[in-house]
Amino acid sequence: MTKKQAVYFCTGCGLGEALDIPALVKVAKSEFKIQDVKEHPFLCGPEGVALIKKDIEAGVNTVSIAACSERVCYDVFNFGPSIIVERIPLRERVAWVQEPGDEDTNMMAEDYVRMGLSRAKVTELPEPFLVENPSKTILVVGGGLAGMTAALEAAKAGYDVVLVEKEAQLGGWAGKVYKLPPLVEPFTDLAENNIPALAKAIEDNPRIKVYTGATMESIAGGPGVFNAKIKHGGGTAEEKVGAIVLATGARPYDPKKLTYLGYGKTNVVTHAEVEEMAKNGKLKEVKRVAFIQCAGSRDPEHLPYCSAACCVETLKQAVYLKEFNPDAQVYIFYKDIRATGKYEYFYKAVQQTGAVFIKTEIPGVQVLEDGGKLAVAGKDIILGEDVTIGDLDLVVLANGMQTNAAFGEEVVLEDAEAEAAAAKEEEAAVKLDQIIKSNMLNLVYRQGPEMPALKYGFPDSHFICFPYETRRTGIYAAGVVRATMQVPAAIEDATGAALKAIQCVEAVARGEAVHPRSGDISYPEFNMNRCTQCKRCTEECPFGAINEDEKANPLPERTRCRRCGTCMGACPERIISFKNYSVPMIGGMAKSIEVPEEEEEKPRILIFACENDAIPALDMAGIGRMKYSAWVRVIPLRCLGSLNLVWISDAMSSGIDGVMLLGCRHGEDYQCHFIKGSELAEIRLSKVSETLDRLGLESERCRFHQVSIMDYYRIPKLIEDFVAKIDELGPNPMKGF
Amino acid sequence: MANKSILVIGGGISGLTTALEAAEVGYEVYLVEKNPYLGGRVAQMHHYFPKLCPPNCGLEINFKRLRGNPRIKFFTCAEVEQISGQKGDFDVTVKVNPRYVKPECTACGECVAVCPAERANTFNYGLDNTKAVYLPHPFAFPLKYVIDRDACADGCRKCVEACKYNAIDLDMEVETVHLKVGAIVYATGWQPYDATKISYYGFGRHKNVITNVMLERLAVPNGPTGGRIVRPSDGKEPETIAFVQCAGSRDENHQPYCSQVCCLASLKHITYIRENNPNAKIYVFYIDIRALGKYEDFYTKVANDENVIFIKGKVGEITEDPATGDLTLETEDQGAGQVVQQTVNLVVLATGMAPSVTAVPAELAVVDAGGFVISDIAQTGIGGAGCAHKPMEVSASVRDATAAALKAVQAVVGGGK
Repeated sequence: MTKKQAVYFCTGCGLGEALDIPALVKVAKSEFKIQDVKEHPFLCGPEGVALIKKDIEAGVNTVSIAACSERVCYDVFNFGPSIIVERIPLRERVAWVQEPGDEDTNMMAEDYVRMGLSRAKVTELPEPFLVENPSKTILVVGGGLAGMTAALEAAKAGYDVVLVEKEAQLGGWAGKVYKLPPLVEPFTDLAENNIPALAKAIEDNPRIKVYTGATMESIAGGPGVFNAKIKHGGGTAEEKVGAIVLATGARPYDPKKLTYLGYGKTNVVTHAEVEEMAKNGKLKEVKRVAFIQCAGSRDPEHLPYCSAACCVETLKQAVYLKEFNPDAQVYIFYKDIRATGKYEYFYKAVQQTGAVFIKTEIPGVQVLEDGGKLAVAGKDIILGEDVTIGDLDLVVLANGMQTNAAFGEEVVLEDAEAEAAAAKEEEAAVKLDQIIKSNMLNLVYRQGPEMPALKYGFPDSHFICFPYETRRTGIYAAGVVRATMQVPAAIEDATGAALKAIQCVEAVARGEAVHPRSGDISYPEFNMNRCTQCKRCTEECPFGAINEDEKANPLPERTRCRRCGTCMGACPERIISFKNYSVPMIGGMAKSIEVPEEEEEKPRILIFACENDAIPALDMAGIGRMKYSAWVRVIPLRCLGSLNLVWISDAMSSGIDGVMLLGCRHGEDYQCHFIKGSELAEIRLSKVSETLDRLGLESERCRFHQVSIMDYYRIPKLIEDFVAKIDELGPNPMKGF
Repeated sequence: MANKSILVIGGGISGLTTALEAAEVGYEVYLVEKNPYLGGRVAQMHHYFPKLCPPNCGLEINFKRLRGNPRIKFFTCAEVEQISGQKGDFDVTVKVNPRYVKPECTACGECVAVCPAERANTFNYGLDNTKAVYLPHPFAFPLKYVIDRDACADGCRKCVEACKYNAIDLDMEVETVHLKVGAIVYATGWQPYDATKISYYGFGRHKNVITNVMLERLAVPNGPTGGRIVRPSDGKEPETIAFVQCAGSRDENHQPYCSQVCCLASLKHITYIRENNPNAKIYVFYIDIRALGKYEDFYTKVANDENVIFIKGKVGEITEDPATGDLTLETEDQGAGQVVQQTVNLVVLATGMAPSVTAVPAELAVVDAGGFVISDIAQTGIGGAGCAHKPMEVSASVRDATAAALKAVQAVVGGGK
């Protein structure tokens, strides 16, 4: 499209008083040759908006609004998908954080106008990447309670489903239990095992195609265009699917590791064995039984986490015993009874059956033989004395669970790659994702065949606020494969995952990104002529969105892309660009900053800031009228992972005195919604520092800070400290070259 | 033909999630929030457990999703007044209360400078005051001021005169909006259980007995004390602090259910205190510590702090020494039959969650004895999500709210299209 640019300066909110607006108008007119330049005292008001709309009707298609931040007035300044709108945040970034009327304030404002207009000049309207005939079928891997729930819930919303289960019949772990814990009000009565009913509903649902005795041979492609090969009945079936729910469940913790709690002795059994006994009517003979909770769980030597379900499972089995034998006496050795939420009602109900609860330390209890029977001895913490419960027919170990995703060999780099990695040692990249070959998905992804494992092997989301923020686009883990949980939680989790899978296939059909840049239609384009096969983009993509051919050329799978721009930041040849976000575009913004001569003693500091947390924090500093140095100029980035080093070296060679990066917290409790963007940026910065050293420029001229959105009150201090450092170092000697 | 729009009542983390998740599938969504801002209860939190990260980070992403999504229409200062009809065809009346500030507000703040009147800051649970015209909190979305007319001085029009944008209308009236929707999700969240009802703990009488939600505001850098956790009686930093778990939860006389979050909330609060005061000694009186799943790691971390002492027992009574403001907790040692006493500078009541569901039409939806909305949205077209559904923490609320979005979609497509 031919650009017809216009610029609007708002003089409200103190902008008119704080800034020399005619000087800013001059920047637009004489430096950028834009003729349509207007001022308005209340641009976001009806009259101001009408002014812009009138110009748009007259043919203006690129609108630069020099007023407030894009986080406010987003609605009034939205002129539809065919109009480019660039916001120049003079209010939050300049007028509200600087001395009004000051020369330096106005120079700052002029630079923001330059940056905004240089960006507006080159940015283009993105067009969505649309795949042909995208599939909207949902593949569910795993036919236990979570998988069956996901399949049925997706089908009820009108979507076709392919359900793959490795056993000969559906049901998984839940299919093997006698009854389920309470699932409905009043949460005191056991639920009949509903697996046969669910299986029937699935069988009767024409939208669901079931493969039993089947496993995934491979899954290639990406959302909307997954090609799933299913090993089944001695052959291979192929299905084109749009998104995937991974619901392959968990397995009980291996009781052979629980000999310290008596496993191996006759009549010391696990939860699963009690289910068998209940189904076979073998609990009738059991008169006295003790349960030992946290058998393996909450134990640093075994499973450091809590298995979440075992307390309620034990309460359930205590009810079985009473059901088969009303005289049965139940003792429960526990650390804490974790019957959360409404399961408190169930706990009360079981207490009323006469079951005895003994708070103790586990490990710490002993299981002893007692004249043909068993005894459990331990310290009763409430009574403060040792107790022994003897004459037991059965001791049940509440043996917890481990995700099935945790079993398998870890993916290791191939020899050649390992050597290359060693050669690049000083470039020590971000720790690779741990991928365990659990043989569940068998993804044909360059980054490995399964979902990256997080702590304890769970392919969980790291985020509290976004439990479905998956690291493999379009693949949503649900149920106990993802995290330990109780039965109702697994049902909710599977339903939520089904929604996310449906949402993903709809987003792909519209050519849009999924969370966190949901709705974004821009995508990275690769100029392959200049690719040097360095592999950085494939290695650094946090979502495994880029495959490689045999010559190491990147093969981007567009629908796996989350649009963070990490590949763009990684590429040393700068061949990766979005229509509205590219290396030259951001570089152009930096270059548009006017760098005063050394004698003027006006240093310039460039800040690259993550738009998810650091930019809102800077806005908050503005709204709070906090003052900071007039030397800084801020450029927002989609994610610091998209930071390309050339911006820093160009800035330094054009005389910018210092560069500061503001990114999200990284490390174990990382805050980056693109997983490792800020970490990558810091690693890249360490490399540029070496380059600077070689050029005779102090590496202290570049600095990285981890900030959270709530650090806005800290940001002025960070800036002042850096300004002091730059003062100490003196002007950049490259000025004027 | 069934109406395919979805109404979400409540704009906290659950409601925002249900609304966004459904809208990102492609459905039209109305979001109705009674506060003048979105974000609900989590906007008042300092950190989430166990990552100790600020809730505004996730809210910001959600607001960004909202800003960019043309399929969601949201109302603030709004309440649902009436619902009639049935699944696929509901008529809803929404009352939009006057904000007294028009959409033209630019948040320049000139009005606050001239406002002579004050009101208790409800966002900070009354721990400080704001002017009668105020921004609900620094991160408020939408970033628009609001006026508490009850707090205004009679006949005062100073703010109107100060506003250059003619954005204040002190005579603004209630508006009524009629919506037609196919499914309704109650995501109205929770209220802290009213601690004054647990009379023997002395909340409201003893100044230095506070609740967990108040502690949250004390810990926030932009809160009433600038992030200093101090005693209300004398503004001093406490050296000894007691946490009383299950204050009103797991108690037949109050709320019989477990509120699910209070254990982890207290563990989190301990980290706030310990980070600021290396000498602070903390006593936790508890029945069971319920840290499910990987939250156990967080419990382990706090439990390994030797300045934190866990005592199993339900606190019976709290008495105050009027001279010092210190408090003595009496706890029965269940086995020995003797009473243990502990004196501390500050008591934090881990009050649980009461659902804040109002006006659920009984003929259309099912509400349990505790007040939680439990009907299946897919079947009846109306149900709950998040803490309006049952007590749960943020991560579980988001999971439940996402599931509720699918159930609402099922309701409007009639169970299969």
